[in-house]
Amino acid sequence: MTPAKTKLRTVALSKSYGPVVALVDANLEVREGEFVTLLGPSGSGKTTLLMMVAGLVLPTAGEVWIDDRLSTYSPPHLRDIGMVFQNYALFPHLSVYENIAFPLRMRRRPEAAIAKEVIAILELIQLPDVARRMPRELSGGQQQRIALARCLVYSPSVVLMDEPLGALDKKLRDQMQLEIKLIQRRLGITVLYVTHDQEEAMTMSDRICLMNQARIEQIDTPEDLYFRPRTVFAADFLGDSNIFRGRIDGDGRLDGPGGLRVRGIATDARSAGQAATAVVRPESVRLLEPAEAEAGEASGQVDSVVFVGGFARIFVRLADGTLIQAKRLTHAAQRVPGIGDTVRLGWPAAATVLLEDARP
Amino acid sequence: MMSRTASMAAVVRAPAPWRPYIGVAPLILFLVVLFIYPIVDLLWLSFFDREGQPSAMHYRAIAESPVWLSVMLITFEISGWTTIFCVLAGYPVAYLLATSSEATRNRLILWVMLPFWTSFLVRTFAWIVLLSQKGPINRLVSALGLSDAPLELIYNFTGVMIGMVHALMPLAVLTMLSVMTNIDSRLRSAAATLGARGGESFWRIYFPLSLPGVAAAGLMVFITALGFFITPALLGGRRQTMISQVIIVQVQDLLNWSFAGALSLVLLASALLIFFLYDRLLGLSTLSGSARTESDVGAPSWFGRLGATVGARALAAAGRLCDLAQQAWERLFPPQGGRPRRAMARLVLWLTALTIIGFLVLPALIVVPVSFTGGRFVSFPPEGVSLQWYDQYFGSSAWMEATVRSFVVATFTGALSMLLGVPAAFMLVRARAPAKAGLLALILSPLIIPRIVVAVAIYIVYAKVGLVGTSFGLVLGHTVLAAPYVVITMMAVLKTYDERLDQAAASLGASPWRTLTRITFPLIRGGMIASFLFAFIASFDDLTIALFVSGGLVSTLPRQMWNDMLLQVNPTLAAVSTTMLVVITVIILAAEYLRRRATQS
Repeated sequence: MTPAKTKLRTVALSKSYGPVVALVDANLEVREGEFVTLLGPSGSGKTTLLMMVAGLVLPTAGEVWIDDRLSTYSPPHLRDIGMVFQNYALFPHLSVYENIAFPLRMRRRPEAAIAKEVIAILELIQLPDVARRMPRELSGGQQQRIALARCLVYSPSVVLMDEPLGALDKKLRDQMQLEIKLIQRRLGITVLYVTHDQEEAMTMSDRICLMNQARIEQIDTPEDLYFRPRTVFAADFLGDSNIFRGRIDGDGRLDGPGGLRVRGIATDARSAGQAATAVVRPESVRLLEPAEAEAGEASGQVDSVVFVGGFARIFVRLADGTLIQAKRLTHAAQRVPGIGDTVRLGWPAAATVLLEDARP
Repeated sequence: MMSRTASMAAVVRAPAPWRPYIGVAPLILFLVVLFIYPIVDLLWLSFFDREGQPSAMHYRAIAESPVWLSVMLITFEISGWTTIFCVLAGYPVAYLLATSSEATRNRLILWVMLPFWTSFLVRTFAWIVLLSQKGPINRLVSALGLSDAPLELIYNFTGVMIGMVHALMPLAVLTMLSVMTNIDSRLRSAAATLGARGGESFWRIYFPLSLPGVAAAGLMVFITALGFFITPALLGGRRQTMISQVIIVQVQDLLNWSFAGALSLVLLASALLIFFLYDRLLGLSTLSGSARTESDVGAPSWFGRLGATVGARALAAAGRLCDLAQQAWERLFPPQGGRPRRAMARLVLWLTALTIIGFLVLPALIVVPVSFTGGRFVSFPPEGVSLQWYDQYFGSSAWMEATVRSFVVATFTGALSMLLGVPAAFMLVRARAPAKAGLLALILSPLIIPRIVVAVAIYIVYAKVGLVGTSFGLVLGHTVLAAPYVVITMMAVLKTYDERLDQAAASLGASPWRTLTRITFPLIRGGMIASFLFAFIASFDDLTIALFVSGGLVSTLPRQMWNDMLLQVNPTLAAVSTTMLVVITVIILAAEYLRRRATQS
């Protein structure tokens, strides 16, 4: 298989507002048909990056390439992009039909072709009967779909979405996530998506671009990002995590706080005696039977147990006070450790991921 | 046992249905006595002849005499043209304000607000100086050799138009701005990402959405213009006589009150008819800045549909035209993806808007140099420098009495307006009462009904009870006009006030009175001072009420200026104008500063 064509590329893209830095040195590549999500806390620069791709914010430095054309400073209407806005930005004085026809009219398509394409796209989003309605007569979910239709109807090179599901309630949001994903796959559209909801990002994306403090932290598939985070921020932002600092000795052994230790770690470039930060996901950590042994082990007293329906979180305090969390599925018949019990925790060496030290 | 149940019942009983209206009752009562009753009385009077017999003779006279008909036509013609110019010139300013950053908008809006609040008299005086035959404009024209004879800029239609557009454009800008700031800026962004060029996204998206603001601005300007008399009297000629001037003559010179009542009814009826038509076509809700919705209007009429079709075509054509122009531009100077482009359109907009704002702000400033002239007549540039005209002003007992009276009357008006307006605003924002919308309409109606009608009506009632020529009468009359400003300002402040703070105080054991004085008032102090200052200015600047109520004996500053201006334009007026300009500017800047601080938190 030949690698898909690059649809969107940013090179060392930066933006600052006076002394405030909104984005530094962002290098991102999105391939044809790919769904890439910009994920991060608010103020991490994800919307700034999206707006610069759209041409609605001009960068301070760097380049934007759309479909192999240098577009850094092109006006939005010449970029061949589509954008779904947070509150949809449907034109309130135009009917649904006219809203969807708008980009086609801007492209001077003949009236007959416009009618055909608008009807076809309304079929696709399963709202064939709303053409004559005004936007405010539609529900939030319907408005969302019309906004999507409006930017799919002219098949732009890249579709940008800025937290498009933020205004919907949880149930509708879950449903729309799947629906958008389905349409995206079916039509093979290239999407750059912004959200601060990690679950949403995991569900929809081919790759996630994790952002923090105006920088790109890590770009990876959802699985790699979850199981192989490269930085403390990435490990901490996604899901639950046990993060600890330790020291690595010669034979790949990591000594952590409070008697915690892991054997058989692939130490790559790190030499003996180096300090290192590592993460273990709580779902990899289990309670060990007295005779059992694991590559990673720690022991301490149960601090608290929290039931969360299908699973329980067990917090264990090690000798030096460090809390380690274990997550395990609950069964009615299972024995639950009592608070204050001394327990041993264990996890496989592969579940221990060494993290890059924090940026200087 | 019985008595205990009874006392329990007293505590448990729901508050009486009239309870929510307590706060608004004093103001309503005040307006009924000093606003509704006088107007009804005036209109009633118009159906009697001079001997007190019921008669329609006044209306017959109005209908039959070509003089009155032509006055009406002139009034409508001047108001119509004023409206067109105000909206056309005001639109770019409002658009620039609405699409600028908030900091820029706040800075620019002051320059629109200032002329709005600067006395009509001061501004009219400035135009008399500027436009006269030997004024600076004509001097410049002849110095440049553009014309041999001096241009006829004053005492004709041109003079009236310049003065009225100057006077009313701020109103048009502020009205349009309130609609435009509600237009979601992302709609333009969306249009751009969908492939629309600047011109096209303006004409197809922004302009149609801003039309309710244009209509509301047109309505406000037209209605206000109908009642004007200062500008046509001082800048117009005989052929620019408007209906308000005729009413003044009927009341003051001919003492024909019932005929003045008939003319007032005609003026009032025209204003109400226009409101009615506006409401039918567009809905009054657009006046408060909310965009029009289909459900307000119901199914579009045949006329409406025709209008919509024609309108859509016109907008598409305008958009296409702009698009072609921009395409041509892009062909000449192709946009480069790798280089930032210059925003030419924005630059042009800034230049246009700043020119118009300059037109609004600068003319009034000419009174400052003129007031320091060393010569004996009003001239620009001034001849030498002296303070003689300030000596004249401060040394004249007539001027000084008028000045002191204006300050005293304005202070008491401000106090009375607060006393009546603040509780009313509290009720209108907080209480759940079905009649709220109607009450608000009543409270605001003194601002919409032509002021001359209010003035004449109050005058006739005062004449019966002997309040003409008293400062007390002036305070009452001015409060009719000033209280609505207090209510509007306080309502805006209270809407941003977090009522949970009061609830917290109550839950902590504070009585309603202590909550009000310890929590609420300290928090909205800035807004209250601002309201007071707006009421102060409304009174300080008023000529219309003072013209009648002061009865020629008890003069106020604007009244004294008006008398002087009708007799002879002299440099003392420039000194007075400069003083007023400074006082009003300082007060408005202070009020705006306090209001902004109060509505920001």
